[in-house]
Parts: sequence; C-alpha cells; structure tokens
Amino acid sequence: MREFDYRRASDVPGAVALLGAEPEAHYLGGGTNLVDLMKSGVERPALLVDVRELPLDRIEVTDDGGLHVGATVTNSDLAAHPEVRRRYPALTQAVLAGASGQLRNMATVGGNLLQRTRCAYFTDVSKPCNKRVPGSGCPAIAGEHHNHAILGASPHCVAVHPSDMGVALTAFDAVVHYVTAEGPHEVPLAEFYLPVGATPHRETALPAGALITGITLPPAPDAAASCYRKVRERASYAFAIGSVAAALDVRDGTVRAARLAFGAVASRPWRAHAAERALIGGPATAEAFAAAADAELAAAEPLPGNAYKVTLIRNLVVAVLTELAAECRRTEEATR
Amino acid sequence: MAPSTAGAITLTINGEKHTLPVDNRTTLLDALRERLGLTGTKKGCDQGQCGACTVLLEGRRVVSCLQLAVAAEGREVTTIEGVADGDRLHPVQQAFLDLDGYQCGYCTPGQICSAIAAIEEHAAGWPSAVTTDVRPEAGVAPLTPEEIRERMSGNLCRCGAYVSIVQAVARAAEETAQNTSGANEMNVAGAA
Repeated sequence: MREFDYRRASDVPGAVALLGAEPEAHYLGGGTNLVDLMKSGVERPALLVDVRELPLDRIEVTDDGGLHVGATVTNSDLAAHPEVRRRYPALTQAVLAGASGQLRNMATVGGNLLQRTRCAYFTDVSKPCNKRVPGSGCPAIAGEHHNHAILGASPHCVAVHPSDMGVALTAFDAVVHYVTAEGPHEVPLAEFYLPVGATPHRETALPAGALITGITLPPAPDAAASCYRKVRERASYAFAIGSVAAALDVRDGTVRAARLAFGAVASRPWRAHAAERALIGGPATAEAFAAAADAELAAAEPLPGNAYKVTLIRNLVVAVLTELAAECRRTEEATR
Repeated sequence: MAPSTAGAITLTINGEKHTLPVDNRTTLLDALRERLGLTGTKKGCDQGQCGACTVLLEGRRVVSCLQLAVAAEGREVTTIEGVADGDRLHPVQQAFLDLDGYQCGYCTPGQICSAIAAIEEHAAGWPSAVTTDVRPEAGVAPLTPEEIRERMSGNLCRCGAYVSIVQAVARAAEETAQNTSGANEMNVAGAA
C-alpha cells in the first residue's frame, strides 16, 4: 500500500478544503470498499480525509413527509430507523440484503453510492480494465462475465454497480446532496451515475472534490407496499446476480402506481421506466407483470455468459409484483 | 501542513488506554496483533469477507481488517480478551464451550464477538434480511435459527461448526434475555 497522509475533518467546509489541496486525495467513510481497494493497489491515495465525524449522521423526516438521510449515517442505522422501515420498507430490506452485520456497522450511505464495481478484472491490477486504466481494454467481454451487465453497457465496459441500497433509492426517486468549494448542490440519483459510453472511468456526475452530504427521499405514499428481493449465489452475504426493488398501488384490480428498479444488471441501479409505463393503468395479473418486464428487457443486450439474467429479472419482477398485488388486495379488503 | 504518513494514536482497548505510534497504513487488526500482543483477534482473509477479525468498536461489531487504526483514534475497542468478567466467561463464550460451537477454534473469537453484538442488535429491535415484516408496527421477530444464521452470516467457519454455533448463540441469547429482565447484569459491549 502506498503511504498516505490522514486528516480527520470536523466540519464540511474544512473537509472540502482539505481535499481540494491535494489532487490525489479521497474522502474516507467506513472504508469497507476503499481500504480493501488500497490493499489491492487499485486505489493509491496520497491523502485520506476522514469524514466520519462530520455532523452528517442524522435521519430526519422532512416537512413534506419525506426523509433526509445524512451521508455518514451507517447502513445499520439507516436500515433500523423506524421511519425508514415504516415509509420505505424496501429500502430497509435492500440495505439488510447487503454485506454483513459487521460491514453494515461501518459502511456509510455516502460511501455506498460511491462504492466501486466488484468486477474481478477491475479489482486485479495485473489485468487490463478500461475503468481502472482508460484505454487498456475490457477482458470481461470475452472472459468471465457471468455477473456483468445486460442493460446500458458499452463495448468499453460491462461492469455492474454492486449496491443494493442504491436500487431501492433509485425506485424512490432519491436526490443526492453534495457540497463543493462553491457551495451546496443537488442532483437526482437518476442523473448521478453517468452513462458508460467510452468513459467507464468517469462514474458519477460529482465534480472533483465534491463531498456527498446526504440524500433526500421525496414522500412516497405508494411505498408502503414495497419490497426488495435479491438473488445471489448463496443464501446470505454475497453480491446480487439480480435484484428488484418494487412498489405497487393496486385498486380494484388496476395498477394505479408502480415503481420498479433492477440491481446487478447495469453500471448503475436501473430504473425500469418502460416497465412502469406498461404497468400503470393495466390489470394486476401475472401476464401483465411479465409483459411489463419484457417491455423493459427488450433493450437487454446480454453476453453469452449472462443471458440467464434476462429470465431471472423477468421472473423476479413477476414474483415481486404478484406478492405486492396480493398485499394491496389485503389492505383494500381490510379497509373496505 | 506537511504530509505526515504516521503518528501517535490513543485507543481504549478492553478498558485500558494505549498510546502507540502507527504508520497510517496499519489496520486495527494489525495494531492489535502485532503492536499490542492481543492475538486473540484473528487474521483470516484480511479483506472483510470472513469475519475472523471481528471486534467491537464503540460497542458495535466491525471487521478490524478494514478499519484503519488511525481512523479509530480516540475510540473504544473490545476484543475477545475483554469480553469475560474476570474469571467468569461471557455467556456467549460459555455457550460456545458447552455446546461445541467450534472445531479448530480459529474463527471462534470473531464468532463470539459477532454473536455478542448480534444478540444486542436483535434485542434493540433491529430487523434482518430474513425478517418477514420489517415495519416497526410488526414488532421484533423472534431470534429463530434462521434469524441467527442470517445475522451471523458475516462469520465463516471453514470447519463447518455452524449447527452448534447457531445453538450456542440461541442459548446465549435466551440467557441474556433472562438476565436482562432480572436486571443488574453487566453490559460488556455497551449499547448496540
């Protein structure tokens, strides 16, 4: 590991100033991804600016009934918070589906958004990788890619974003707040991750030196019937090979509102707008759910080793929406 | 300020203050084992995947292999050496002994530290990935074997002693719950 300087920031402007003074600096949150990447030589910062003591560790209900979550809130605290569990149950489920109890105690919300892909070529410095060394090539396309992208990839990179949390946040229209030397800014999570194109090394819309300070979840009354389901290669403590975050509002058999996002299928959490359009106003039947999944997956461009993901996501969508439709029906009957 | 890649840190470990110079690259795991002689905490994968290095940081379980020592400056650490009350073993330690919650023993310190925290997290009402209804109105799901397996999934045991580990955690959780309702019990790891 390269030697590095370490500074602990006590306020947000101070953190931004420290980082701005050193071109090869990184913010340090929980370190669960960054420290690992420093050990393997993928990341070689000259300075770490520790942001864990910044006053960004609160979860607050906003005036309009949404939530604001500070960037240094740990995954554990986010998942356990009563208002998150009550208002956005799929978010709690998504966070708890990720990593282990130990890692969730360390990892932060801001860091989760910025975690890097677990593509084995990216994490192995002896291999080419366009994300790590622009222009060096992408061995995954002709190599080991069973857990790579089926949507939105490019000939330059087929890596997937590994976050579970981000999938639920995407379904709930989260907004990312960040600060630069010029002041505070915000960007919808939907625009936070850049398209892959020819620049897979440029992952987010954050300007250099920007510090994520938190996320806001707008109110989502339809989120009460929501869930996150994750498929992985063992029962627990593994990254997804496919996941779905969904929320559904069904009345009298007709879909009034639907939110749908996929994980482990693209370089970013994938909002399934085409599927949502197909669902809304239609019947809450397994056939309609499958047709909606197909509407989204028509754009899929699987590789030989990951074509299974198209079927997997389709089946996940049908299963999750069928479950939520039944929940809506029970709620309807109980309030009738 | 001139860059400095090393410095002195103070950690409170098992209730005792230690001040030691460290290179910034030192993990908490290496500081404990190599610098302070606290070799109860084990190095398994050294990349956050096996849980052998689990310790309690400010009462919460973490993997010490991904925790930079310098970033733990000023904080309280509890290791396996600090969970017993003198000669009286922690209920989780006693349950692992009584029920053979191990074979070779290498993962055991991490398993025990993790279990202590997992029992507290459950008692604090935290749901898990196998909790059917995570809404607070649903109340706390009982600590079933399925819940224990999920909550302990960050600790691998390559001997495969999982069956008895689950039994040991279940028994320790029951005892802890009884003792808590009986009050005045020690609280080793602090609040979860």
